Amino acid sequence: MTGLSFRLIQASLAALLAFIPAAAYAQVGQPAPGQVGFQTSVTPIMDSIVAFHDNLLMWIITGIVLLVLALLIIAIVRFNQRANPVPAKFTHNTVIEVVWTVAPVLILIVIAIPSFGVLADQETMPDGERRYLGANIFSTGDVEVPEPTLTIKATGFQWYWGYEYVDEGFDFVSVMLNEEQRMAAKPDEPRLLAVDQELVVPVNTTVRVLVTAADVLHAFAVPSFGVKVDAVTGRLNETWFYARRTGMYYGQCSELCGKDHAFMPIAVRVVEQDEYDAWLAIAETGDLNAANLVLAQAN
Amino acid sequence: MAQAHAEHAHDDHHGTPTGWKRWLYSTNHKDIGLLYLYFAIFAGIIGGALSGFMRWELAEPGIQIFPGLAQMVYGVGGDASLDAGKHMFNVFTTAHGLIMVFFVVMPAVIGGFANYFVPLMIGAPDMAFPRMNNISFWLLPPAFLLLLLSLFMEGPPGAMGVGGGWTVYPPYSTSGQPGPAMDYAILSLHIAGASSILGAINFITTIFNMRAPGMTMFKMPLFPWSVLVTAFLLLLALPVLAGAITMLLTDRNFGTAFFDPAGGGDPILFQHLFWFFGHPEVYIMILPGFGIVSHIISTFSRKPIFGYLAMVYAMVAIGAVGFIVWAHHMYTTGISLNTQRYFVAATMIIAVPTGVKIFSWIATMWGGSMRFTTPMLWAIGFIFLFTVGGVTGVVLANAGADRALHDTYYVVAHFHYVLSLGAVFTIFAGWYYWFPKMFGVMYNEFLGKLHFWIMFIGVNLIFFPQHFLGLAGMPRRYIDYPDAYALWNSVSSWGYLVTLVAMGIFFFAMFEAWARKRKAADNPWGEGATTLEWTLSSPPPYHQFENLPRFK
Repeated sequence: MTGLSFRLIQASLAALLAFIPAAAYAQVGQPAPGQVGFQTSVTPIMDSIVAFHDNLLMWIITGIVLLVLALLIIAIVRFNQRANPVPAKFTHNTVIEVVWTVAPVLILIVIAIPSFGVLADQETMPDGERRYLGANIFSTGDVEVPEPTLTIKATGFQWYWGYEYVDEGFDFVSVMLNEEQRMAAKPDEPRLLAVDQELVVPVNTTVRVLVTAADVLHAFAVPSFGVKVDAVTGRLNETWFYARRTGMYYGQCSELCGKDHAFMPIAVRVVEQDEYDAWLAIAETGDLNAANLVLAQAN
Repeated sequence: MAQAHAEHAHDDHHGTPTGWKRWLYSTNHKDIGLLYLYFAIFAGIIGGALSGFMRWELAEPGIQIFPGLAQMVYGVGGDASLDAGKHMFNVFTTAHGLIMVFFVVMPAVIGGFANYFVPLMIGAPDMAFPRMNNISFWLLPPAFLLLLLSLFMEGPPGAMGVGGGWTVYPPYSTSGQPGPAMDYAILSLHIAGASSILGAINFITTIFNMRAPGMTMFKMPLFPWSVLVTAFLLLLALPVLAGAITMLLTDRNFGTAFFDPAGGGDPILFQHLFWFFGHPEVYIMILPGFGIVSHIISTFSRKPIFGYLAMVYAMVAIGAVGFIVWAHHMYTTGISLNTQRYFVAATMIIAVPTGVKIFSWIATMWGGSMRFTTPMLWAIGFIFLFTVGGVTGVVLANAGADRALHDTYYVVAHFHYVLSLGAVFTIFAGWYYWFPKMFGVMYNEFLGKLHFWIMFIGVNLIFFPQHFLGLAGMPRRYIDYPDAYALWNSVSSWGYLVTLVAMGIFFFAMFEAWARKRKAADNPWGEGATTLEWTLSSPPPYHQFENLPRFK
């Protein structure tokens, strides 16, 4: 097959794929072509964000928009100059005015209750005792999350991330692969998201992330984890995630930081605990290439 | 509004200045209003063109347009043009934002419509301080010039222009871009801010002191009310911006460290100051539009405003609460849980007065006898689009949900729905509504309606898919994106082309109206138009209300 016809088939396949609902083949940890909703969640925090948005907020805001649209259409049909040549003169109706002031307040209260729960979960470091909401946002919390056992310090630089394993005492930088490098080293990984050295963490483990910046503001974000926190010079912001599924999870710098703002992705590789232990044992010696080989063999 | 006796002698005993003196030395609120409107159109063309290049670049994955553009504009070649292009994209997002906010929407609604119509609607001969009005306008062109000059000054080492976003967060706006471009931009904002503060003082004084005899505050039409609230917001918010960017200036040039942690400062302090200005600023842009839309709905429904008093209080409430919600722009900066809880609650409260306004507009139509002229189409379109932008605002108000959406295209979609589709729709609504009054000629209804429908389709094509991009995680201010985001970006860019066609129709419609010169009646809209400007000739005499109208 010639290169051109191959490319044509590829392009039409991609175009076809674009119209299949994202959920049908959603890749975990990265956006899917034509996607219209959130990326797949793999943490209790993102579970609660998805539930809050998809199962509550979306219904309410869609309902409000449709209500306003319906009222506008009824007004347009019934109260135009042909259908209603003589306009009414009323300017007040106390009952209806009270209703449309009080009803939004009640709706906001319905939103606020789970909203505060979802927010508090995100901002509270697990201590092993606290129960988290997960997808059940109207509960008082039923997801257990262990205390953090791994602490990573993520530092934003112009234009790459530095990761320090604080207690293990080693660090490295994570730089986006350009197209040439990606095709050579990691052709299966997506453009603009693949990096030379991912952050490697164990699955089913609470990871504490300390985030700061070395030069200008950046932001550490991983959509599948429901994590986004600014990297601020002179400050150490704290967040956490508990990933329940192995795989590669990508995020991108989310605070404008200069010309290569779009080119400093965050890539987190979540692996089984024994793989992590094997990786760590070699990585601590400083030989990341050898450490990564262990992961490659495990798969 | 109440019946007015408009007894005015059309006596130009001052003589009307002619030629360049009429405009440069102008102390006439109508001439200055027109100057503001022309200025806003001019700046809007530039601001709109900038976004056109961005949508062109983002039409497909990869970097296509900006390296070549940088080569053409800045003369950099080879590998350097790629880096120059990447920075230039950020410069365009920055300039697009600053121009649209400070040099398009604010001059159009406040300098333009408010200057022209507030004195007419309250039965005043002119603004309270006509000379100050002149300097308010004439500060804007130099401010705009400074901003344009900044595009050709060094920003970060080796690159041209300010690329820090309209929010100019340090340290990227201080140590990140040491070149003079940022200083030019800061000075531009200082001057534009001074212009707005002077304008605000003028409006407050005019509205408090120069209403026609008998027109009490609660007999005053809603547009002057909206401008009064806006003027207070300007007066309270802009000095905070001025302070913040002055500190930025001294951090950059005089060794202070307000925002530099190495010297005991804090970059987050700037964000607090900026958004203490920035949040009221978004209401500054939309509140006058609320006033305009109220008049249009009432006029073309031939029915008085429903719930006048509630409409006034809703605007005052939106203005007041607008000052205590600023940190909802900063949920991810690391502010404490309790702080976030407060700002979630305070922000959601704004939905209540906003809902009152939306429902009151619909209630004004209810039972009315509506005529779907061009301004009415824009006003109805505004109500719907502002509702869409409003409900996504409720989503973003929740810090818990904002965690996933902050700094993504969802936010871009949200604020364009309330501003680009909200505020800009009110500008076009006002433009068509008052066009016969300002210019004494009628526009072509068919062209006006065609403009509306094509633009309505175009802007929705641009901005609705951006919700999907944001939910899927695409960050803002990106020159290139992972291939998965290609589909909706491409739809969005096609939407820009449709909008461009609509703008072409707009300019053609203006040309057609100018060429045909169909004489407009004093009140072309009929009995529904009850405010004082319709009692005057079209266009109004150079000096109006030499005998003040009296309200019963």
